[in-house]
Amino acid sequence: MYDFAYHRPKSVADAIALLKGNEEARPMSGGMTLIPTLKQRLARPSDVVDLGGLKELAGVKVEGDTLVIGGMTKHGDVATSADVKKVIPALADLAGHIGDPQVRNRGTMGGSVANNDPAADYPAAVVALNATVITNTGKHTADAFFKGLFETALGDGEIITAISFPKAEKAAYMKFPNPASRYAMVGVFVAKTASGVRVAVTGAGPSVFRVKAMEEALSKNFSSDAIKDIKVPADGLNSDIHGSAEYRAHLVGVMARRAVDKASK
Amino acid sequence: MTSATGIGARVLRTEDKRFLTGTGRYVDDLPLARATYAYFLRSPHAHAKIKSIDISAAEKSPGVVNIFTGKDLVDAKVGGLICGWVVKDKHGEPHKAPPHPVMAVDTVRYVGDTVAMVVANSYDEARDAAEAIKVDYEVLPANIDLAKAFDKGAPQVHPEAPGNLIYDWEIGVKADVEAAFAKAAHVTKMDIVNNRLIPNAMEPRAAAAEYDKGTGNYTLWSTSQNPHVLRLILSAFVLGIPEHKLRVIAPDVGGGFGSKIFCYADETMVCWAASRVGRPIKWTAERSESFQTDCHGRDHVTHAELALDKEGKFLALKVETIANMGAYLSTFSTAVPTYLYATLLAGQYTTPLIYANVKAAVTHTAPVDAYRGAGRPEATFVIETIVSKAAAELKMDPAELRRKNFIPSTAFPYQTPVALQYDSGNYPPIIDEAMKIADYPGFEARRAEAKARGKLRGIGFSSYIEACGLAPSQVIGQLGGGVGQWESAQIKFNPTGNVQVITGSHSHGQGHETTFAQLVHDRLGVPMDQIEVVHGDTSTTPFGMGTYGSRSLAVGGSAIMKATDKIIAKGKKIAAHLMEADVADVVFENGTFKVAGTDKNVPLAQAVFAAYVPHNYPLAEIEPGMDENAFYDPANFVYPAGTQICEVEIDPDTGIVEVIAHTAVDDFGNIINPMIVEGQVHGGIVQGVGQALFEGAVYDKQTGQLLSGSFMDYTMPRADNFPSFKLGYKVTPCPHNPLGVKGCGEAGAIAAPAAVMNAVHNALAPIGVKHVEMPATPLNVWQSIQGAQRAAAE
Ligand SMILES: Cc1cc2nc3c(=O)[nH]c(=O)nc-3n(C[C@H](O)[C@H](O)[C@H](O)COP(=O)(O)OP(=O)(O)OC[C@H]3O[C@@H](n4cnc5c(N)ncnc54)[C@H](O)[C@@H]3O)c2cc1C
Repeated sequence: MYDFAYHRPKSVADAIALLKGNEEARPMSGGMTLIPTLKQRLARPSDVVDLGGLKELAGVKVEGDTLVIGGMTKHGDVATSADVKKVIPALADLAGHIGDPQVRNRGTMGGSVANNDPAADYPAAVVALNATVITNTGKHTADAFFKGLFETALGDGEIITAISFPKAEKAAYMKFPNPASRYAMVGVFVAKTASGVRVAVTGAGPSVFRVKAMEEALSKNFSSDAIKDIKVPADGLNSDIHGSAEYRAHLVGVMARRAVDKASK
Repeated sequence: MTSATGIGARVLRTEDKRFLTGTGRYVDDLPLARATYAYFLRSPHAHAKIKSIDISAAEKSPGVVNIFTGKDLVDAKVGGLICGWVVKDKHGEPHKAPPHPVMAVDTVRYVGDTVAMVVANSYDEARDAAEAIKVDYEVLPANIDLAKAFDKGAPQVHPEAPGNLIYDWEIGVKADVEAAFAKAAHVTKMDIVNNRLIPNAMEPRAAAAEYDKGTGNYTLWSTSQNPHVLRLILSAFVLGIPEHKLRVIAPDVGGGFGSKIFCYADETMVCWAASRVGRPIKWTAERSESFQTDCHGRDHVTHAELALDKEGKFLALKVETIANMGAYLSTFSTAVPTYLYATLLAGQYTTPLIYANVKAAVTHTAPVDAYRGAGRPEATFVIETIVSKAAAELKMDPAELRRKNFIPSTAFPYQTPVALQYDSGNYPPIIDEAMKIADYPGFEARRAEAKARGKLRGIGFSSYIEACGLAPSQVIGQLGGGVGQWESAQIKFNPTGNVQVITGSHSHGQGHETTFAQLVHDRLGVPMDQIEVVHGDTSTTPFGMGTYGSRSLAVGGSAIMKATDKIIAKGKKIAAHLMEADVADVVFENGTFKVAGTDKNVPLAQAVFAAYVPHNYPLAEIEPGMDENAFYDPANFVYPAGTQICEVEIDPDTGIVEVIAHTAVDDFGNIINPMIVEGQVHGGIVQGVGQALFEGAVYDKQTGQLLSGSFMDYTMPRADNFPSFKLGYKVTPCPHNPLGVKGCGEAGAIAAPAAVMNAVHNALAPIGVKHVEMPATPLNVWQSIQGAQRAAAE
């Protein structure tokens, strides 16, 4: 680890003041991704701004038909929240399968979504549920937020404060874990909300993506049969020692069908 | 003696208290005053010329104490690392022995090869300085793909090993085997890869060293499985420090699996540099260094053929193997694919003729050496997969084909055609028991039930034998081994009656502190809590060979038994004196010396006290003190054997293989502590299943970068990958050691890969899949299924 200045601001405004205009400064939520990166000397921030003191960013609220989950809410808290289990059980289920207990007790929704790791689980839920990413400066629709490999719409001095998820009529997440890391090698979140049916895929490509052909078929007939012949092209999908692009493309189909079956139960 | 804590009892491990409460003392825990910290700069290239190394900026980096490069070692006339086993090739010539410099001088030969050592006041400062070292590399093409290592035009690893060949070795008479094949009714052929593994002990390798300027003594703390052997190598071959001036201590060590047997560059450097730096030096590998620089295991490419007559009797076996040595020959690397591999190719069978040819290759990858089982898992994998393949081809039951060819129990001692003489065994009852536990007759119903759920279920056998308990020194010497293979023990009573059991073997997870104490308790009647097992320090233990090859109980435990004999013999003389009886009339029972037919008795503790306070003592006949040494050199290896049966289910949509049930029935001879033995078997099975389904070291074939260089990409087996194992035992005591014991440390890992892969093949056969390579990862299985479907469509 290289040296850096450590800050623990008491308000969002103080945090933003430390981050804005300083390209070398990095916010830290759970540190589950940032700290290993620092230890391996893969990043060299001048300042680390720990958001751990911003209590107002943590917690789950139900506002009418939406869940508003604070950026600092830990995976473990999402997994066990009675509100999440009631409004969108699939989201609680997803959170309960991220990493291991240690990771779930430190890692946060804001940190995961901001990081936009191609193999992270949450981005699939955010896109499939058509959630809104709320920051200190405004709001981003899910579709506009995830830009590419580790890239998001977040600007200078902008942090995720909360994410709001509309209630789902039907939803399920099926994850094919990478055998070694157990991140998503292919994860498919299928959801039917007020804005229609969405199928979002994580792990398979450089960033989360939707499968429009499946969405159309499921809008007409929400059953795994409806998508059994839909093939996702392998072009542009990730390929590594654990899965070729063709294998990932195949798994998208398998996981999507299983997610639909699970959501229909 | 039978007691709640004697031989055969499930005594809880005494060492676990400190391990589970975080109070173990590992090398990294050592508090050394004024310590400095080492960081090793490793090669980022698989093969490159070092044009220059510029340390000028690094030397000015804050906190730097010293920086060393390969040139400093050349100037100081430090020797290279050695390979301690001379294998003679098929023409009788010793193997090619390219130099293995402790740090690279002008060429780097694998990603992770050691280039420079930075010593600084803190670890971070050492690492900062290492980043300031400028190395000018000329990157060269690398020889990575083992199957192509001998190809014309393959990049050469060492000029001393032309064509990348270390040896071309053989065992058996090829012409006789060919003649048997010519007469065979059936021949089964197979091409297999034994995948390369990375050991991943929980504790990474570590070293610390201190030099005492006043006495000229060095102390090296190392995560070693065999501290005396490490000291011998460092002093006699590498550093030239006189043996009595070097103390090696291996304190608590968190797992080894073979990878901590060898003498490594980093610990050598830490020791050497301690006197130059003038302050203690500490070093602990980071996990990514462990991945890159611990010796890897296995890594064979093999073609095998089995000839059978029309009844299914094995006529002959022919095996051709290319074995990867990596970039340099590690300490015992040459022996692993020869004497620890090809000599086991008879397995449990009467195959009368066997020929094996092994070619060892150097490649631009990390050195490869012994890893749990060392050679024997590779041999078992060859035999047990080809036997199951033959059974499938002949439409015979795999258990039936095995039974037909088992060495009968009446044939022991049994001379195999590949040098070994098996001392004892009885194989049919083992497979019977395993089939009963695994409910083999019920398998087809389970397969049908799984099919109804869309799953492919398969069952696989593996009947292994291994030679372990290394072993007779004279045999090892004839085969080219450079060391003796006995073990030492010392039993040292204190005047108050408690006892130190000092052993030359080393425990790094095996539970010796409990098992050895149980032995002594059982023999001498001393309560368990009055016994301390001491190991791992060359200054406090007699010379010993350490722990590997499932030898600690069979050889080390036998040495302890011999030492207890001497204690009893001396105690009898003292007791006879105290009881005014004839020595011949004194018996020792339940910790007490008695005169038969009288009520006279002297408890051992009283005899011990008399030996240390010899006021009433036969000083004219015997010396005071109660402290006995024994050395034990066995007459033969020991030959544990067993059968494992694995049952898997495969999801054809994803390729995921799930182990549903795993049965192991073993003959380990007599068992001292069944709980510890089960722990060894469980761990072994997990490592074996790990090899079959999960683990694989993958290098990029062009660049030689280690793609599986962290836990993000190297799949370790985990608890949730396994069902509860079903274990059973059959016992044929070892006839030649005093305990009647065989080894159990490696058996699980030796047998499991074939059991799992036979089950995988059995599951996939109905859909036309012919072969799946290890590890049978989801991707691998799915691709094999796709291949079979394409083939069927054509
Ligand atoms: C062993 C292990 C297993 C894991 N397995 C999984 C898995 O199966 N699935 C999965 O999805 N993830 C997995 N993770 C990742 C885990 O979910 C992380 O917690 C997550 O990716 C990052 O969250 P964090 O709160 O720890 O963020 P941090 O590490 O604190 O930050 C991550 C990045 O986001 C930035 N950041 C943090 N908070 C904010 C914010 N509020 N606004 C803007 N930027 C911010 C930081 O600057 C940093 O660049 C695993 C991690 C580990 C260590």
